[in-house]
Parts: sequence; C-alpha cells; structure tokens
Amino acid sequence: MKLQEFRSKEILARHGVPLLEGETSTTPEEASAAAERIGGPVVVKAQVLVGGRGKAGGVKLASTPEEAREKAREIIGLDIKGTTVKTVLIAPAADIAHEYYLGLILDRASKAVTVIASADGGVEIEETAKTNPDAILRLPLHPLIGLQEHEVRRTSFFLGIPAELRKDFASVLRGLFAAFVESDADLAEVNPLVVTDDGELLALDAKIVLDDSALPRHADLEAMRDLDEEEPSEIAAREAGISFIKLDGSIGCMVNGAGLAMTTMDLVKLAGGEPANFLDIGGGAKAERVAAAFKIILDDENVKAILINIFGGITRGDEVARGIVEARSHLTRDVPMVVRIVGTNSDEAKPILAEANLITADSLDDAAAKAVAAAGGAA
Amino acid sequence: MSILVNGDTRLLVQGITGREGEFHSTAMLEYGTNIVAGATPGKGGQSALDGRVPVFDTVANAVAQTGANATCIFVPAAFAPDAMLEAADANVPLVICITEGVPALDMLRVYHVLRAKGTRLIGPNCPGLTSVDEAKVGIIPGNIHTRGPVGLVSRSGTLTYEVVQAMTDAGMGQSTCVGIGGDPIIGTSFIDILDMFNQDDQTEAIVMIGEIGGEEEEKAAAFCAREVRKPMAAFIAGRTAPPGRRMGHAGAIISGGAGTAESKRTALEEAGIRVADSPSRIPQLLRDAGVR
Repeated sequence: MKLQEFRSKEILARHGVPLLEGETSTTPEEASAAAERIGGPVVVKAQVLVGGRGKAGGVKLASTPEEAREKAREIIGLDIKGTTVKTVLIAPAADIAHEYYLGLILDRASKAVTVIASADGGVEIEETAKTNPDAILRLPLHPLIGLQEHEVRRTSFFLGIPAELRKDFASVLRGLFAAFVESDADLAEVNPLVVTDDGELLALDAKIVLDDSALPRHADLEAMRDLDEEEPSEIAAREAGISFIKLDGSIGCMVNGAGLAMTTMDLVKLAGGEPANFLDIGGGAKAERVAAAFKIILDDENVKAILINIFGGITRGDEVARGIVEARSHLTRDVPMVVRIVGTNSDEAKPILAEANLITADSLDDAAAKAVAAAGGAA
Repeated sequence: MSILVNGDTRLLVQGITGREGEFHSTAMLEYGTNIVAGATPGKGGQSALDGRVPVFDTVANAVAQTGANATCIFVPAAFAPDAMLEAADANVPLVICITEGVPALDMLRVYHVLRAKGTRLIGPNCPGLTSVDEAKVGIIPGNIHTRGPVGLVSRSGTLTYEVVQAMTDAGMGQSTCVGIGGDPIIGTSFIDILDMFNQDDQTEAIVMIGEIGGEEEEKAAAFCAREVRKPMAAFIAGRTAPPGRRMGHAGAIISGGAGTAESKRTALEEAGIRVADSPSRIPQLLRDAGVR
C-alpha cells in the first residue's frame, strides 16, 4: 500500500528525519490560512499517489497566502493521470543549493534491506539507473543486525555530504531505516533530500510503500489508506477477500489462483480479446465469494462477457458449478458466461452448467476463444 | 530417484489439527506420504487423522520421538515465521511452508537464519511438492499426476496444476513437481531446483513456470544456458499485467520497467528454451525438444 506524501512525512518526522511537515488543505480557503500560519513563501503540492504530479501542474510555488489560495484553487480538482486531486499539502518553500536521492528498498535479489543513494536528486531513481548507473550506490544491509555506522558513513561520503552536515545526514538515514523497519515497508524514499542555501539538510519529499502482508499488524497504518484513490470495485473486492485489479477490456475474468488468473488474462488477449480485470477468487470458490465476484465484475459497464476458470483440484467441481448457478440467479445484470471447471468431479459439473444455459469449455484455450466470441468477437 | 522428497521421507505436519492442516494431511496420507507426526502447541499426547498420527507439543519432541526428516507448515501467517525457526532449531533438514501472507521483513530474518543453519526451505506461499507415486507434501492435488521423466518447477499454485494436467492428458509423466512460492522472499530459487533436476537421473526434461516480477527467471535462463543440457520448455504468466500493480502474489509486480513477461521470455529464448504461449502447448514443445 502506497502512502501519501504527508503521511510518509508524518512517519519520518516521528523518527527524527528533519523535514518541513506543513499542513494539508482540501479547500483554497484552508490553503490560504495554512500559508498565513506558516508565513513566508510556501509550496502547494497535490497529494496523489501517481507519479509525475510536478509535470502535470500539481506542484506550485506561492509567495503570499493570497497566492496560495489561487494555486490551491488551480490544483484541487485537477486530474492527474486519472486521479482527481482532493487534498493539497502546504509546506514552507526551501531555497535549494543541492539535491540528493536517498531510499531504502526490500531487495529480493540480495534478500536484504538495501540503501539506494545518488547525488542526482530530484529525478526518478529509475531514470538515473538508465542514464548514469555508476552514480548510484546500492548497499545491502545485514538482515539480522541492520544499519551500522560504517554504512551511514559510506553513504555520506559517496554522496559528498558537506562535513558540517554529516551528523544531520546520519539522523536522516537512521530515521529512514527505523521508519522502514517499524512500519514494515517495501520502500521508503526521500527525493529530494536537499541542502538549503542556509546550509540545512531537509527531506523535501517522501514516499513510503508498505508491505501488504504486514498490514494486519499495523492498524494505525491501515487507517492511512486513501480510499479516494482506489477504484470502488477494488475496495469492495478487498472487503470480500478477493484479489482484484480493474483493467480496460470487455471480458471479465473469475479465476482461482493468481498465476492461473494472469494466464487466463493472457489467453483472452491471445484469442483477440481484452481482459476487463484480474480476479483471484482464492481457494474453495465458495458460493458467497462467487456472488461477490460477479457483482464486482458486472459493476464495470464495459464487461460484455465473463470467463470463469476454476481448477477444482481438491475443491469439488460440482459444488463450484452449483455455487455459480446459484449466485448467477441473483444478478441484476446478466452477460454471456463461459465456464470451465477442471479437476475433481468436473464431469458432474457439466450437466449442472448446461442446464443453467452456461457456455462450457474443456480447455482454457477453448474457453478464452468462446469468451471472446461471446463478447462480440476480437477487438 | 526424484528430488527433495521420496518414499524415505518421514513427514511432520506443523498445524496438523487446524482445518487446512487436517484436510490436506488426510489427502497426503491417502496419496501414500509417510506422515509420522504432527505438532500443535498444547495438543501434545493427542492424535490426529482418526488416530493415525501422534501429535506433539514441540517440533523438537516430534523429531526425537519419530525421526521426522521433513516438515510441512500450515499455521497462520502471524505464526509461520516462528514455526519455520522452530523446525530449523530442531534440525529438520527440509521445511516446506504453505502459508500465504508472511510479512517480508520476517521472511528476511527467517531466510538468513535457515540458510546459515543449512536448512532447505521451500516457500512460503507455495503449494508444496510431489514426487509422483512416492510422496506428496503440500496441497497439490494427487490425482493430476502421472509418473514419468519430466521435472517441473513453478512460482504458482493452480497454474502448476493446469500445466501438470495438460502433461498428464498428453501422456507425459512427471518425476517431481515443485512449487517454490509466489512471495518476493522465498527459501528456494528456480536455480536451486533446476540444479537438482539437472543432477537427478530420473528427470530427463524440465518445465519451468514463471511469472512477472523480480529477475529470477532471467537468472535461471543464464544458469540453464551454462549448465543444463536436458530438454526444457517454459511458460511465463502476466503478459497482460499492468505495470506497478501487484497481481495477487506478493512477488508479482512489474517495477521500474523490470520484471516484465517479455524480458523473461526473451532471456529464456536466448538460452535456447522454448516458451509456450499457452500452458496447453507445453507437452508439444517438450516433444519438439526430443522428449518421448
């Protein structure tokens, strides 16, 4: 789960990372009042989870409270890559003398929390990795003892942090590491970390991405979830215990297992169609889950057909078939459905599906082709 | 021969008295797996699976009493890291963790402790493994297999069943099928299993099932080009997955342009491995590669 900038800063500030926290506002009036309280020039920053908000006009400088009101009016309601801005952060403006990138990631290759640092701040690290890979330090930390002082020093010297700021830099990196571990993050980055004209070291922007598997033990962080930025259908799916991602195609997919769900989407595409979603219904394919999945898929007006692919395995195919027929009878909107059930008792499933006028298929290739045809042919 | 588990495997099940543990242990027993013990804290002295398996409070006790040499873990995510550490501490050489949703930072510590100890960990978030007609450990349905010369390794669960079923339907049997797990931090990599298959006399050909996220498939491709002379076929799931989104599995995410299905496919093909467009085409690709 991604956290908004102001949430990420809240967490980093708690761990002693020097930054200018600012205030959030949802109206131009609040923005102007916040600027008044802060005093001096401020930056008005759109709080959205998508990248590239600066280029999209979501970050603007304002020298007076009046100007802050105007900039906030321009930014609130702005559409940035499909997300409408609802909240802005009003933060004191800083005069930047130098910018750095500093991040921690959970690196699957080295199986360690890894420091990523670059003296090219303010640009995306992926960009630096492409254009100037030698300018990046990658420092895997010991998984059992964590960040050590020599690693802090090494990062500091690599970046060329001025001597008088090395102590401050140590508190930034130590604070970032503590925040990472304590919140069970996948990624925690400060970009840019700046030295101001006054010789202060400050985290100007921050981003934390949390490990979804660890969220059950962090109720306080779960409460920071920004429901405004999630598809309503994805929120409903999460509440029903279904793994779901909305896409743009016309063929709804309901599958058990994530790998098979991805494969089903791939085969829809291979058959000339476009998948409308990724949906993993989980183990067992129980009737109430199937019903919830139908509703989530059919709430998408683009869906013209549904492909249901269940590998029964230990689950009995006839039970799954009855669950599908039962759930379908309660639907308010109906579209053609192609059902493929494989595994235990799949033969017993067939008459149940046929009687309910569902299109059946034996192979996954065949099921994908039939679903594409049922949705009105290849795109 | 097969890899990792066989008729000599003496299996312990941690969490045998839970709903999932009991259900799947029954299926394992019916398949012919030698389950010698269960472990559930507080239920030591009882028995599980209709009196067929003794239950112990601790793994150490279970090992001392029964000589268990492998364990399968079905405990909830919050307790799974501790269960893996307990098994390693009791010197169980092979740990298979089925549990999904283990926090990644916990897994980092467990991974490194088990590695230092020399414990072989499969998973977590995996379906387990089956050495066909010898032993089944985990949740892979037993009835989809037929015995034969092809080894299979996969990051997925039901997609693995799909491929195994396609091979069985085509009359192409398997030696051992291993699900290594869909999490970012897992105990055993593609390369580890490919190396075992490469050295296993009974395995004459290898199927590898990958998906988006990470660079393990690319590394495996380089390993195969260098080391493996057995015929191979592969499938990569997630060609239609949008970047930046986690596709169900915690590890299945395309980040910063890396980890795409296309990059994995290219790496495999450059290593001379045939990559199928659909799971159903894997048996034919193996035949093309010379498997009878």
